[in-house]
Amino acid sequence: MSIVIEHLNYIYMSGGPYETHALHDVNLTINDGEFIGLIGHTGSGKSTLVQHLNGLIMPTSGRVLVDGMDLADKATDRRAIRQRVGLVFQYPENQLFEETVEKDIAFGPKNLGLSAQEIDRRVKDAMRRVQLDYDKLHDRSVFELSGGQMRRVAIAGVLAMEPQVLVLDEPCAGLDPRGREEILALIRDLHRESGATIVMVSHSMDDVASLAERVIVMNHGEIVMDGVPRDVFSCGEELRGMGLDVPQAVQLAGKLRARGFDIPEGIYLIEEIKAEIEKIAGKGGRHA
Amino acid sequence: MANYEENRIITSTLAYAYPDTQRNAVDGVTMRVKNGEFLAILGHNGSGKSTLAKLFNALYVPTKGTVWVCGLDTKDDDLVFDIRQHAGMVFQNPDNQIVATVVEEDVAFGLENNGVDPKEIRVRIDDALAAVNMTKHAKKAPHMLSGGQKQRVAIAGVLAMKPDVIILDESTAMLDPSGRAEVMNTVHRLNKEEGISVVIITHYMAEAATADYVIVMDEGKIALSGTPREVFAKVDTVRSLGLDVPPMTDLAHMLRESGVNVRRDVLTVDEMVEEVCRLSSSI
Repeated sequence: MSIVIEHLNYIYMSGGPYETHALHDVNLTINDGEFIGLIGHTGSGKSTLVQHLNGLIMPTSGRVLVDGMDLADKATDRRAIRQRVGLVFQYPENQLFEETVEKDIAFGPKNLGLSAQEIDRRVKDAMRRVQLDYDKLHDRSVFELSGGQMRRVAIAGVLAMEPQVLVLDEPCAGLDPRGREEILALIRDLHRESGATIVMVSHSMDDVASLAERVIVMNHGEIVMDGVPRDVFSCGEELRGMGLDVPQAVQLAGKLRARGFDIPEGIYLIEEIKAEIEKIAGKGGRHA
Repeated sequence: MANYEENRIITSTLAYAYPDTQRNAVDGVTMRVKNGEFLAILGHNGSGKSTLAKLFNALYVPTKGTVWVCGLDTKDDDLVFDIRQHAGMVFQNPDNQIVATVVEEDVAFGLENNGVDPKEIRVRIDDALAAVNMTKHAKKAPHMLSGGQKQRVAIAGVLAMKPDVIILDESTAMLDPSGRAEVMNTVHRLNKEEGISVVIITHYMAEAATADYVIVMDEGKIALSGTPREVFAKVDTVRSLGLDVPPMTDLAHMLRESGVNVRRDVLTVDEMVEEVCRLSSSI
């Protein structure tokens, strides 16, 4: 299932004094099974863009086609689309509200009118995928859980809808390093296991570098870069110019090159720069 | 009692248990924040670091032990407002700490409550907003701002009180890299130029690496402390406490494991560059 975005424009508070052109002629195709890292500084339009992917907000102009269906078309079943494109918001645990973990995760599937048996299957499956122990936790209050666990409950609630595309808006924000690592591993497994299409909005270039197969960079409401991580992260100066970080491996490679070391272009992973330093240590790699 | 000219915050055998719980969230912490110091407190979720921060400005009152803020005992109810003026706190979520409908009014809120002269209020608002680079948003409604901008307004509100200590409880967690850098640059500048002591509670190891001193909390106790260099060089211990080390420290660790003789306490990209140059010239 692909998502095609054509000439998408979105204007907040059109006509008012605070009118903001949040998206500007965005054209994008998200292919089935891709893992996309979406980056851009605050206000670049990335959150506005992802809210278009399941019709949560509608274009001011342009079209969003999910599996060929235009979201703005009255004939399109938007509820069905929202099942297929699951959106995990920033700090999703703030939206937990049910008495127990199980009830919260079951809330979406219940509204689909599924059988009790099917709901039960989906809740257990979703909890397994986010590595929450059903037997131990299903009847606990969500508010007794740790921050990382609450976030996993929130993600499980979206997974229980069995979406084909999973959109996560800064899924690791505010978590400690262990929690971050757990959520990233979880997303990686979801992608590998079920082949789900993933769109991950992130401020962490190192997270995007280690996970995404395709990196899209937004700036001032436009897509300004779109490519494999190796190509995008080699544009260090442009990224910094947009207020973004560059993975530390890229920074190190650049600075070593400037000091006369022969480091290949396109290095962006710590393991890659480690191998280069080992070569230098082995035989001395400076030109000068 | 301890000398508060040298130490802005002092805790002695400090313990705190949340109501109706048996376990101490903070369990016997004795430490200090020196005058002019930039201190980072690390620890995984539930390690007690945020509880400790809330004990620093009398949001919580110790179950056992004592906290002195600029010589004031936080157990004394009458001193609460004085204490909060000395030790200002910025929280993680800016949406929970902005109260006014116009940015500059939000910054003025604490000052007005303290009966500061209106002329002085004007000056302090302008200075505080300039310090966080929000001057041009002074007349805007806070809900018009991005999360990062709101957080800078919250910091301005604390700055306007001219505190001796600023405590940032994961205040950069919701910001993007440029917003984070801006906040960190701001507090470092306030620390260096105005001598304000800074305590940051953070999950970002790169931020902790810029501090003078680091405390790592675990199970409510201080598990590790020292300069960032000393602390992060203990890669395995830091990891076992549920934390990360800065990427370059990690790289140094991996290189050493594969027999490349770099220093174990590398923190930054520039330091790693120097190490590689040293390696290369020693061959």
